Amino acid sequence: MSAAFPSASASGVRAPHERDDEREVVIRVRDLEVGFGERLIMKGLDLDVYRGEILGFVGPSGQGKSVLTRAILGLVPKRAGSIEVFGENVDNMTESSRSEIERRWGVLFQQGALFSALTVRQNVQVPMREYLELSPRLLDELAMLKIEMVGLKPDAADKLPSELSGGMIKRASLARALSLDPEILFLDEPTSGLDPIGAGEFDELIATLQRTLGLTVFMVTHDLDSLYTVCDRIAALGDGRIIAHGPIDAMLASEDPWVRAYFHGKRARSAMSAGG
Amino acid sequence: MGAKELGGRRDEADARDPKAEFERHGDDVRAWLSGRWTVEHAGSVEREMASLVDAAADCGRVLFDLSEIDRLDTLGAWVLDRTRHDFGAQGVAADFVGVRSEHHILLNEVAYRGFQPEPVKSSPGFRDLLADVGEAVVNAGRDFAHGVSFLGEVIAALTRVVVNPRRFRVPALTNQLEQIAFRGVPIIVLICFLVGCIVAQQGLFQLQRFGAQTFVVNLVGILVLRELGVLLTSIMVAGRSGAAFTAEIGSMKMREEIDALRVMGLDPIEVLIVPRILALVIGLPILAFLGSMAALLGAGLVAWIYGDIVPDVFLTRLKATIEFKTFLVGMIKAPFMALVIGLIASMEGMRVEGSAESLGRHVTSSVVKSIFMVIVLDGFFAMFFAAIRL
Ligand SMILES: Nc1ncnc2c1ncn2[C@@H]1O[C@H](COP(=O)(O)OP(=O)(O)OP(=O)(O)O)[C@@H](O)[C@H]1O
Ligand SMILES: [Mg+2]
Repeated sequence: MSAAFPSASASGVRAPHERDDEREVVIRVRDLEVGFGERLIMKGLDLDVYRGEILGFVGPSGQGKSVLTRAILGLVPKRAGSIEVFGENVDNMTESSRSEIERRWGVLFQQGALFSALTVRQNVQVPMREYLELSPRLLDELAMLKIEMVGLKPDAADKLPSELSGGMIKRASLARALSLDPEILFLDEPTSGLDPIGAGEFDELIATLQRTLGLTVFMVTHDLDSLYTVCDRIAALGDGRIIAHGPIDAMLASEDPWVRAYFHGKRARSAMSAGG
Repeated sequence: MGAKELGGRRDEADARDPKAEFERHGDDVRAWLSGRWTVEHAGSVEREMASLVDAAADCGRVLFDLSEIDRLDTLGAWVLDRTRHDFGAQGVAADFVGVRSEHHILLNEVAYRGFQPEPVKSSPGFRDLLADVGEAVVNAGRDFAHGVSFLGEVIAALTRVVVNPRRFRVPALTNQLEQIAFRGVPIIVLICFLVGCIVAQQGLFQLQRFGAQTFVVNLVGILVLRELGVLLTSIMVAGRSGAAFTAEIGSMKMREEIDALRVMGLDPIEVLIVPRILALVIGLPILAFLGSMAALLGAGLVAWIYGDIVPDVFLTRLKATIEFKTFLVGMIKAPFMALVIGLIASMEGMRVEGSAESLGRHVTSSVVKSIFMVIVLDGFFAMFFAAIRL
């Protein structure tokens, strides 16, 4: 079990339900190497994401959190290692099973990546039109439902992305990520750019969806409140590897200097006292 | 484990299709729902519910038993809650029983509410057509006024640069010169060469009938040096560099880079547009000259091969017919063409709004407008030179 995170320093601190070998692994990354030109960003990274969990992914800026997400999604080529999604190796996958998998995940990019020529409603409908046979009425209602679920006002539905505020872009792209009720949700800094109340609602929504739909969430975040309140497990990235992982208690107990600084800093203490 | 799941999915597809079976006792209907009420089965979810609604339309009470549902997602929950609501609106009491706790949360999350529909665009009628025409005319007028004021801004920025040469961005200018002039040479020379060949060949065949084939030199010489060289080059540059300007400036506008320049106290016209327009004004005459020479070369070659006019004869005749002013008349137009192309391209770039579609629209209109204006300008020059007898 600790093969998943060889350098984990706190694998002793585990909640009893975390019997890794019994839980289904939906994303398994082994010995991943990714680089640009001369520079290696991932240096033999191992990572498991279990079904139904919310995994918070932390690490210093520019260490490659977004790059790892993009590598799992197949947007950045890897140099070595293997990536399995739903138990299938992404390298030897047929076209059709690839698109089957793409249908089952939803992605919120760090910059939103909304289609600039389409309104919010049309953005949310893009995957639905592509994959589902829906009556026009249901298509419309579902899009509006998602838009309201993520906390946007109905009048935002017919706005173009260029007319949205930063936080609204985040919400609209979450609505698009959720449009097919995915099984895995990749979120790249979902709460950055949201006001604290909005960020709290965002976390609440993610937690509700996880409870009701059994969603698996891979969330890159710097938001300590999210880490405390919704994440089941946290993994920290450093120098191209996972340097610590486990529930929040494991992170608090970690010896790694960066992890210590992160979870014992001033901001962390206030988040801890607020989040319980 | 995941692989098994995937395989299983297809094998048991039938067993997991959403189903609604119902039984009627007098005025009461009880419906047992089973299978997966999820997006993958969106079509069947809608159909099952529609048939249930049809069957139970005239009863007094409907109970949905959800205990057998395998899986429910927001789509399923929405359709269920919407159906319940629709029954309620018809005066039929509808309720869920056997709801699991996670389904309960989901049903609450998606609770039915009416949405305002997407605003429909009215189909274009005759009045809209008239309105469009009017709008286009007004816009053309505005375009012209805007162009003049933009020209003023560019000239003001140029003057500032001239007065204070330290503000002049030499690297930007040389970089643009490389992009516009240097990298444009091969294609422009090639196209001019080919057009020179074609014109000479046609001229030869037509003039041969009158035994006046040596006049092809006059024809080609004057045509190329006065009109074709500069016109062809300008059209090529409008397509090549004008489009690139609009796209560059437009995408900078889209991503707020122009605003970033402004708040740093830098004038985007001075930083971005002046070097580009200057580079065009310097580069286009050079390209036009090279293009003309290439066209003459092509014409000479064709005249030699098809018309047996040896290069010596070609050159002496060319020298006899072409005065220096013919050449000047052609070249003098080039910087003006460059200015028009640069102004239109930058103006269209600055008008790009947030979307990729708007970028595409403005790049297109930049190319179309500058080619059109280049030809119109050429016409004006022709009238002007005729009036002063050049
Ligand atoms: N396309 C690319 N070409 C070259 N280098 C890249 C590319 N994309 C990312 N990088 C580099 O990879 C590193 C990791 O980038 P990444 O965007 O993953 O950081 P991050 O951990 O997500 O940071 P942040 O928290 O700021 O979002 C950075 O040093 C970046 O410069
Ligand atoms: Mg990032």
